[in-house]
Amino acid sequence: MSTAPVTETPPSVKTEASRQSATGPFWLPIWTLTVRELVRFFRQRTRVVGALGQPLLFWILFGAGLKGSFQPPPWADWPMSYQEYFFPGVAVMILMFTAIFSTISIIEDRREGFLQGVLVAPVSRLSLVLGKLCGGTVLAVLQAGLFLLLAPTMGIHLTAAAATLTFAWLILLAFTLTALGFVIAWPMDSTQGFHAIMSVFLMPLWLLSGAFFPGGESGWLSWIISANPLTYGMAGLRRLLYFEREIPDGAGLPSLAVSLVVTCLFCATCVGLSVYLARRQVSKDAR
Amino acid sequence: MSNTQAIDIQGLSHRYGDRAALSEISFAVSSGEIFGLLGPNGGGKTTLFRLLSTLLPIQSGSARILGCDISAQQSMVRTLIGVVFQSPSLDRMLTVGENLRHQGHLYGLRGATLRQRINEQLDRLGLSDRAGDRVASLSGGLQRRVEIAKGLLHHPRLLLLDEPSTGLDPGARDDLWRYLRELRDGGDVTVLVTTHLMEEAENCERLAILDQGRLVAEGPPLKLKSAVGGDCITITSDVPDQLSQQIAERFHVTPQQIGGNLRIEREGGHEFVRELVDAFPAEVSTVTLGKPTLQDVFIHVTGHQFWGEESA
Repeated sequence: MSTAPVTETPPSVKTEASRQSATGPFWLPIWTLTVRELVRFFRQRTRVVGALGQPLLFWILFGAGLKGSFQPPPWADWPMSYQEYFFPGVAVMILMFTAIFSTISIIEDRREGFLQGVLVAPVSRLSLVLGKLCGGTVLAVLQAGLFLLLAPTMGIHLTAAAATLTFAWLILLAFTLTALGFVIAWPMDSTQGFHAIMSVFLMPLWLLSGAFFPGGESGWLSWIISANPLTYGMAGLRRLLYFEREIPDGAGLPSLAVSLVVTCLFCATCVGLSVYLARRQVSKDAR
Repeated sequence: MSNTQAIDIQGLSHRYGDRAALSEISFAVSSGEIFGLLGPNGGGKTTLFRLLSTLLPIQSGSARILGCDISAQQSMVRTLIGVVFQSPSLDRMLTVGENLRHQGHLYGLRGATLRQRINEQLDRLGLSDRAGDRVASLSGGLQRRVEIAKGLLHHPRLLLLDEPSTGLDPGARDDLWRYLRELRDGGDVTVLVTTHLMEEAENCERLAILDQGRLVAEGPPLKLKSAVGGDCITITSDVPDQLSQQIAERFHVTPQQIGGNLRIEREGGHEFVRELVDAFPAEVSTVTLGKPTLQDVFIHVTGHQFWGEESA
């Protein structure tokens, strides 16, 4: 308010401004955009089925099909079935799919015009981004959390502490993946473009994160896998699910500390990029 | 009351890459006016609308809304303006009430204040019994009313409407204009509409006519029309070039040639028409005589038809 030339401002403007600070509200838009995201999701039944159904199907089919040819990774010192190995991978897949699908809605919001209404409101771009990310995160964590309730069927029993940490990890990972989706979706004009990116970038990102198969000890594939930031999100989840077993470091699975640092950096990068993109005033926002 | 202009634009230009969309526009809108931006599509009015609604960055020149600079005091400006876009900005999957509630939250309204504001808008726009309906189930006219309710919810001092009557039937159009006038009369609200429709521009108290990114005329519709002078005579002919020359020789006026027609502005048009038909019975196919319309104003100031791109 101090920047506004008070002498030139009509009295009623001042009252308006004192009620709504000149920078605009911060938390209320985040809350309202999150709620909108959830309401929209639950009004589209097919999205609920799509986000949970496909990974579940993958888990059952691949789990059964690849059972015979699976070699457990060196860090698993107990007899591990492929179904068990793939279990956290599917959880990450659910996170990713839900996060990605909820960011596709940015493209729809832009096309249908809802977004322009938000862009002319006195809402900081940070609030806008966080509102969208929180919405996607809640949906993703909800679904992945539901899936993880199946953990006991894989012989994974979580203590309260491990469950809490796992839940926190899901939130961090979901937030990161939603931000990644935001960065991809924000500059896009069409959902078709998004689907193309999804098959050439996002699916490989997941496939090469150790979610689907363990990386070997050497070779180009293991290089790619260790360069993939999602590998560390994946590893963190595995370590938390087996919190009790205390998997030793340096057995082909990144340590929890490394996983946390890399995932936080990945998260900060994606969120930072999202805010940067949303802050630019470009002619395409004005369509 | 303050004498601050609702909109004050000085030397505003905008380019998309190499293409100039606005060149050196300057004009002002007083508080409490219903102001129209008239121009053909591609004339620059949408660009100007986007600049005023803070969607595009100001490249050169300045624009102030109620004394606040659009680029320096952006979020202040955003609280002062209410924007009704041409394309819908409602979430079709949500109800009317939910749309308004989200809108209120975006502007920092909440609780009892917000509920009261929502009821007030629903009431004013005759939407009270529709609050629980999904937007997708409403007719185009009703949706536009919800858009307006949405734009007015935070009590803006300046309402910006982009082509507000697009997709509205004549009845709904009249309702819209009656409502805009009520709004202006009821409070300290300034209204700016963009339009490419002459009939709609007639409803505005003052107009700015934009053509190819330039401001070509500005003033009340009546004054603009009287500036054209006298009557407008439009002549169609099979031999326009020859007839034009003949008219110039005989009457010492040079007709404007617009899209194959000849056009003459002068006092005492009916006398002239008689002389004209007497003089060139063979060359003149039809003659139309009329008081100047905004269409004539546009032709008068630009030298080409409103829908120039189509005839060129």
